[in-house]
This record gives sequence, C-alpha cells and structure tokens, in this order.
Amino acid sequence: MKILVCISHVPDTTSKITFTDGNTAFNTAGVQFIINPYDEIALSKAVDLAADGASTITVITVGDASTEATLRKALAIGADSAVRVDAQPLDAWFVANQIAAYARANSFDLILTGRESIDYNGGQVAGMLGELLGLPSVSIAKSLSVENGQARVEREIEGGKEIITASLPLVAGTAEGVAEPKIANMRGIMSARTKPLEVIAPIAVEPLTKIEVYDTPPARGNVKLIDENNIDELVNLLHTEAKVI
Amino acid sequence: MSVLVYIENTDGQLKKSAFEVASYARDAAAQLHTDVVALSIGQVNQDELQKLGQYGISKILDANTEKLATFVNQAYASILAGAAQKENAHTVILSNTFSGKALAPRVAAKLKASLVSGAIDLPKVEGDTMGIKTTTFSNKAIASVSLQSPTRVITINPNAYPAKEQPNGQVQIESYSADLPGSDFGTMVKEIVRATDKISLPEAEIVVSAGRGLKGPENWGIIEELANVLGAATACSKPVSDAGWRPHAEHVGQTGIVISPKLYIAIGISGAIQHLAGVSSSKTIVVINKDPEAPFFKIADYGIVGDAFVIVPKLIAALKAHKGIG
Repeated sequence: MKILVCISHVPDTTSKITFTDGNTAFNTAGVQFIINPYDEIALSKAVDLAADGASTITVITVGDASTEATLRKALAIGADSAVRVDAQPLDAWFVANQIAAYARANSFDLILTGRESIDYNGGQVAGMLGELLGLPSVSIAKSLSVENGQARVEREIEGGKEIITASLPLVAGTAEGVAEPKIANMRGIMSARTKPLEVIAPIAVEPLTKIEVYDTPPARGNVKLIDENNIDELVNLLHTEAKVI
Repeated sequence: MSVLVYIENTDGQLKKSAFEVASYARDAAAQLHTDVVALSIGQVNQDELQKLGQYGISKILDANTEKLATFVNQAYASILAGAAQKENAHTVILSNTFSGKALAPRVAAKLKASLVSGAIDLPKVEGDTMGIKTTTFSNKAIASVSLQSPTRVITINPNAYPAKEQPNGQVQIESYSADLPGSDFGTMVKEIVRATDKISLPEAEIVVSAGRGLKGPENWGIIEELANVLGAATACSKPVSDAGWRPHAEHVGQTGIVISPKLYIAIGISGAIQHLAGVSSSKTIVVINKDPEAPFFKIADYGIVGDAFVIVPKLIAALKAHKGIG
C-alpha cells in the first residue's frame, strides 16, 4: 500500500499562546514546535500498516523551512520519505488543495490525517481532501484495518461507535486509540537524516478564510471555596446561584 | 439568499443538538435579514419534524429514503450541497457533532465555501464579508475570522447555543430527493454500537470527570454513582485513559474531546493546561482536589479542598436529599 500521512507542525501542548502585530499573528518566539499529536497517531497507524513490508509511507506538510525538523522527526518514527509544500498554511482549504494536488499526481491507497490540529482545531482537512479527490473520507477513526482492498473503520459517534466499511483509496482522520504511539529509536533518528525530503512549490489557490484578530478568552471569576464539611452549601449554590442543577 | 440548517437525528429522533442548531440558524437568519430552511436526512417521521416549528422553523426539506437511513458521508454531503443550491442558500449551518464534523468540510469543498468550525457567536456581515468568532489553540484563544467566499459553512458545538422556543405555527414539510452517483456510497455502515445506559459525553449538560487522584480504575464506582444522580456523563483526564483505567472516548482535554457542558465537576484532576483547554468553556466548574495549590482551582467557580473518597459520597448523599431520592 502507498500511504500518505499529512503532518501539521504545531506549538507544543504546554506552550503559552500569545500574539504579535496587534494580535493578528501567533507569536512563535520561544515556542517549541512538535508534530501535531493526532498526526503522530496517524503516522503510528501507518507504521503499523506498513509492517507488512509491502507498503511505503510518505509524510507531507505545508509550511516554511522551519517545519523540516518536524518532518525529520516523522522520518525517524518510520516514514520513508517526506514532502514539504513550500508555503504558509493559510487556511484548511489552502492546505487541502496543496495536499490534494500532490496526492493526485502520486496516487495513494490511504491518506491519513489527525482528527484535528491542536492549533486551529478545525478538523477540516480530511473531509476537504476526500471531496477534492473524489474519495470517501472518515473524520474521526477510532480503529482502522485494511483487508482485501477494503478498510474497516470504527467511527466515533455520540454515545457509541459506528463500524463501517470503506473502499480504497480512503482518507481517514485518526483519533486516540487507533494505534499505539511509536517512538523514534536511535536507528530511526540516524536513518532519518538521509531519507529523501523533497521541497515542492505550492499550486495557486486563494484561501477562503482569514483570521483578522485574536483575543484571549474572558477570565473566569475567582473560585468560591466550600468547606468539606458543608457539602449542602455546594448543592445549594449549584441550585440557586449557578442554576445548573 | 436563505440560510440552510442541517437537522440530525438518531434512529428517527431529532437530536438535542438539532434544536440548538435550529435556534442558532433562525437567529443567524434574522441577523442576515433572510429566512431559514431546515434539511433533515434519514428516516424521521412527520410528527417528529413538526417539533422544529416550536423553534422558529417554518420550512423543512425532508430527504427520507431507505438508502440514506444510516450515515453515508459523501451522499449526505451531496444532498446538503444540492439543497443549498436549490434554496439559493449562501449560508449552511450544522452542529459540530461527529457527523457534522465529517460533513461540513465536504459540503464546504463542494460549494467552495468558507468554513468556520465551532463558531461561538452569530455571524455579522459588513459589506461583502461575513465575520464570525471561533476558538483556536484548543480554547486558549478566540479568533475573529472573516469568511471571504460568498458561500459559507458554519458549525456550532453541541451545548454552545441554547435551544430557544419560538413557536411558529404550522411547518411546511417538502419531500426532497436527488440523484446520487454510486461513487457517493464509498462507505457503508455495518453496525452501530451504542452504550445505551450512557449519556453521550459531547452533548451532556453535566459531566463528572476524574483523574489520577482516584488511584485506580476499581475506584470509579463513586464517580459513576455521582454521574447517575446528576444525570451526567462520565469523563476522565489523559493520564487515566493512557493508563487504560478508562476508555479513550472519555478523555477530555486538548488532545481528547473538547466539551462545554453547563456543569463540569473535576475530581482528583490537578488541571494541567492541556486538560483545562478541553473544559474551560464549561459554564460552571466545580473542582474537588486534596491539593489546595492544584492549578484547576484558578479557573473553578466552586472548589472543595479535601479527599475525594470522603467528599464524593457526601456529595452524592446531599444531591439525593436535594432531589428527594434515596
């Protein structure tokens, strides 16, 4: 199988989120970037699937040269080759079109993304890719296996799961639990240095959304501490003050 | 130039989030000085659809065929985009449920529409551009987004917008169908597994959540009992699901599910920044933790410092007394 894994380069989960240029741009100063945790799960799934010895894994990201460290990490975890589309990821539509253009030219059997990125949280790229490529897509896959050219996927639904079959090629957004996270070992890290990392030019496409300005969420009020021997007071406050029970 | 809203059902019953998104779409349409049209896909009977009349909906397109009885992502997206074109709807609104998350990007791509997921306010139009706010960086920031395409797709999170009754009299229900190519049926539902005794976490109004402070999976009985008394869903922190004490589907936080219930009760969870990102939009937060320095207290509305194994049973008893049970 030819597997493409879409990688987003995101701030570490512990990062303090601040903005610059009059709150119009994310402040990257001092921020550690990582592979989007959900994309790392997607890559781990690809590594599991490629254990058959007959599959190849390509990772792709849309970003400037600073994202190459993240792609090298993906190569260390187990991807065979990496592609960087040399452009700022302007919005999900822009990114999906870039990846779709590459995927169209290189025909993959399975395209994996994380269920969402932890920076913009849209969870949009997998569905858009499916539509742009005319392929089925699953947005939040909890489990995924491939047999005889068909995928079996467990999709999360409210209060349960749906077990579906899907024809290949397929685009799937993966969630926690789909694979055990893989950690790069020393051999992987050494070999990542020499694996191919291709830089390609973006196609011309206009983004359809623009973030004009960022704000910080409103601060929450101060906590009201209640004595552990006076639990009735908590019940009373939840009923009369917060009005939630 | 109307607004089209997608109405979702579970086994023929309209979802709670369907009434929320109908209310949002009605208010958005008022803001945009236009009308709202609802679209239901799947097998929902007319009496059930009529309920939307209580929420200001006066016209419903009913795509009710056996082929669409279960969710087929591509086919549903084709129906939605086709209905938007038929109704000349420039704004399509969905709830950000699991199916909504699957549909919205496909519909947006079909219509070349600007897509905003998880909007937190009503759209505003200035000149030719629509503006709307959404959360980014896992609830750590709010972004004001401009939607530059003349067609837009907007989703709102379950629980983010209250369902508000606005009786509208009789609802006109129109049967709607479209010729769909076989290639729209690339996925097929084989089986639906529902934990029938459980309240769905993303839609729950009250969530009881616990962390490593509970010491082990064998101690979850008091959490489940508290959830039962409150009619709440159960959730957990990441270390708990990573350790296999609870299923991944219960993990709330930056890399898990992001929720916004009206009441979130956190027990034995210290409140790491990644966890707070997933729950900070809850309306009321109660924290029970033995460590008075736990960061969670900083964003809590009510806090109790003490041992969960002592406090939770007392809380269960107090709630039962309040509700006049037990």
